[in-house]
Amino acid sequence: MQPKTELNTTSFLDGSRLITEACVQAGADVFIGYPITPANLLYLYAGSRYPSMLAAPDEITTLQWMSGFAAAGRLPVTATSFPGYSLMAESINMAFMMELPMVIILVQRLGPATGTATCGAQGDLSVIQGTLSGGFSLPTLCISSVRDCWQLSVEAIRAAVRLRSPVVLLTSKEMVMTVLNFDTAQLGAIRPVEKPRYEGDGPYRPYAAGEDLVPPFLPVNQNRFQVRLTASTHDTHGILQSTAKEALNNTRRLQAKLEKNLAEYSFWELEEEKGAEVLLISYDVTAQAAREAVRELRGKGRKVSLLVPKTLLPVPPVYLEVAARYPRVVIAEENLSGQLRTLLFGAAGRKGLSGVNGMGKMISPEEIVQEVAGDE
Amino acid sequence: MSEARFLTESELPYCKGCGHSLVAQNTERALQKLRLDPLDVVLVTDIGCHGIIDKSFRTHTVHGLHGRAVALGAGVSAGMDDPARKVIVFIGDGGATIGMQHLIGAAHLGFNLTVVLHNNMLYGMTGGQPSEFTPLGFRTPTLPQGAGKAGYDICELMAAAGASFASRVIGLGDYSDTLAKAFGAKGFSLVEVMEICPSYGVKSNPGMKLARLVEEAGLAVKVFADRSDKSYRTPANEDARSLLGPELEVKARHAHSLERPLGIMLSGSAGEGVQSAAEMFARAAISAGLNATKKGSYPVTVGVGFSASEIIVSPEPILYTGSATPDVLIITSDDGLGYARAAAGRMKSGLLMIDGSLEPPESGAETVRLPLREKAGGRNSALHSLFHLVGRTGMFPLESLKEVFLADRMSEKIEIEKLLP
Repeated sequence: MQPKTELNTTSFLDGSRLITEACVQAGADVFIGYPITPANLLYLYAGSRYPSMLAAPDEITTLQWMSGFAAAGRLPVTATSFPGYSLMAESINMAFMMELPMVIILVQRLGPATGTATCGAQGDLSVIQGTLSGGFSLPTLCISSVRDCWQLSVEAIRAAVRLRSPVVLLTSKEMVMTVLNFDTAQLGAIRPVEKPRYEGDGPYRPYAAGEDLVPPFLPVNQNRFQVRLTASTHDTHGILQSTAKEALNNTRRLQAKLEKNLAEYSFWELEEEKGAEVLLISYDVTAQAAREAVRELRGKGRKVSLLVPKTLLPVPPVYLEVAARYPRVVIAEENLSGQLRTLLFGAAGRKGLSGVNGMGKMISPEEIVQEVAGDE
Repeated sequence: MSEARFLTESELPYCKGCGHSLVAQNTERALQKLRLDPLDVVLVTDIGCHGIIDKSFRTHTVHGLHGRAVALGAGVSAGMDDPARKVIVFIGDGGATIGMQHLIGAAHLGFNLTVVLHNNMLYGMTGGQPSEFTPLGFRTPTLPQGAGKAGYDICELMAAAGASFASRVIGLGDYSDTLAKAFGAKGFSLVEVMEICPSYGVKSNPGMKLARLVEEAGLAVKVFADRSDKSYRTPANEDARSLLGPELEVKARHAHSLERPLGIMLSGSAGEGVQSAAEMFARAAISAGLNATKKGSYPVTVGVGFSASEIIVSPEPILYTGSATPDVLIITSDDGLGYARAAAGRMKSGLLMIDGSLEPPESGAETVRLPLREKAGGRNSALHSLFHLVGRTGMFPLESLKEVFLADRMSEKIEIEKLLP
């Protein structure tokens, strides 16, 4: 027999466990949800880990309760998959308009509709992209490795507070349900996210923002200043204003604040190889297959670079800047239409762009190797 | 001491003769009677004419979606978890129709809030279509022939669902005492205020008098529930502890002989320990210095039919956790055979272990028939087969799997000798 490897002590765990622990350590103080496959483990762990856990009767109630908790200064998290997310959609618009911080963990499974609950997929990026009426970006971070379960969960919490916005933490069945060995000593310590409050002398206007375009927050359980929150088009006081100039400027600000602060929550991995003419892009669980494919390709002496975008919405401009340096771009994702491909390059695409796509089974490293290597 | 003002100086935004103005004024009077500070109160409003009252109140205000205000108010109340603060939800009969489940649920759970239901018997903001509260025969602009059914008796419903306080009032004059009673109740309370919409209701039902209409609809004007026997407290988890405890840890204490990744599919029946056996095997592999991943497949009815588990063990870190074609396939039951037949067909090499009672499927793998269900019984066949696999391949010492098994509660139920190959 061979000598022992250098693994020593590792933990046998699933990604749901890491996500839950990281969210709580980062300062999420309540989980509200309705269990749905493949997000069940996140619900299960929540009961024993969050300071408070509320079992909601459905996903509309979930988002409404979360919004109420957020208005009261709490930091709520939920976990769902597409059928639940679609029920949440109107309420996510409400929370976005009210500027309430919260994190929605979306665990992708095979659709459309009920689809196959126990089969993974990457079919929901376009759904998230279209969640907010008016084309506003719903900030979205995507987990692409076991370690991301830890780090990106913290960043999702941080972004929700920083932006005063719902944030989607996107993942999929394989990432959160497969049990594996992982050395938890690799995980960095988490410092709780600070939750700043308005400390001025007033008058307080709940939607009056400074230079960073994010209005200082005050919850409704304090007696210093009146707080008005509304889902309707409103002025800086939170008064419904139809299409008045101030109100429309406020609505414009909702997108502007996301773009202005984008650098603070832009995350990606880029491994460029000198002389490579192909850029491989992948995210979520397929990024793991892409990493293996890159290892194999390089082992064969084939040059290839790898970009793993982790902030999906809004799109950090750097992705397109990197892609512009390569004659060929291959995007691997577990859906039929190439949702990231369309998000980055539009319906027209670009020269040298191709995809590795599929549904109903994980995309394998071999499929990616074949596409990247082409006829060579 | 002068009374606190809950309404601003501006004119109320309603049509002449609309009962909504009276709701606002009676709400202010009731809150004054309770001597609350305006910022002790959160007013949550739904969509509808009543919902444009926000700007007239000096309280905190939250204006949400159509039909959802009770759920939103419940969240605010549970989020604050402070009996000294008051959540009042204004909703119309249309919003209550849409969000009836939220009302029943909130009454059932006893959320600390008061719903003031503005029942003018139709949806006023969208042209006057009937709601589920429209009384029998009541005409609306979109239903000129009149409603064919009686409306809900929401007070009966709320009382049955567990409301602490439920009362119906005619929306004329001073009914602030009833509102004050509701606002002061612990838990969930509701006051249904009967109104007629001056724009749609009066015009469609000329000459109709509100009190008579309510009486003819069979809706009693009375208190339906008055008990303060429960109020919601937000759960607080005092025993929360890290999910990354030492029980997850596996120490590498053995050696292994594996030179490349190995994909194993274990396919059997629900209730025969497939998932726990696979997990023990994976832990044993980790204990031998390998990397391991494990995932399960089973039908939605988890207690019947097949149960399968895919395991990958590898000397190298595992990134891609898929394995379309296993290197080793173990089939312990007929259910398992049905599930794994396709995978067996894809195998061009490798090892197929199957219980001796089953007809082996077509496969390019080396097929070995073994009495997997005999020695330890069907319930332990999955684990028994994995002991066989380890013994046969020598990929890591049997000792490693034995140790994991003996540390598991399952070892109290079956002797290890019965599991050994």
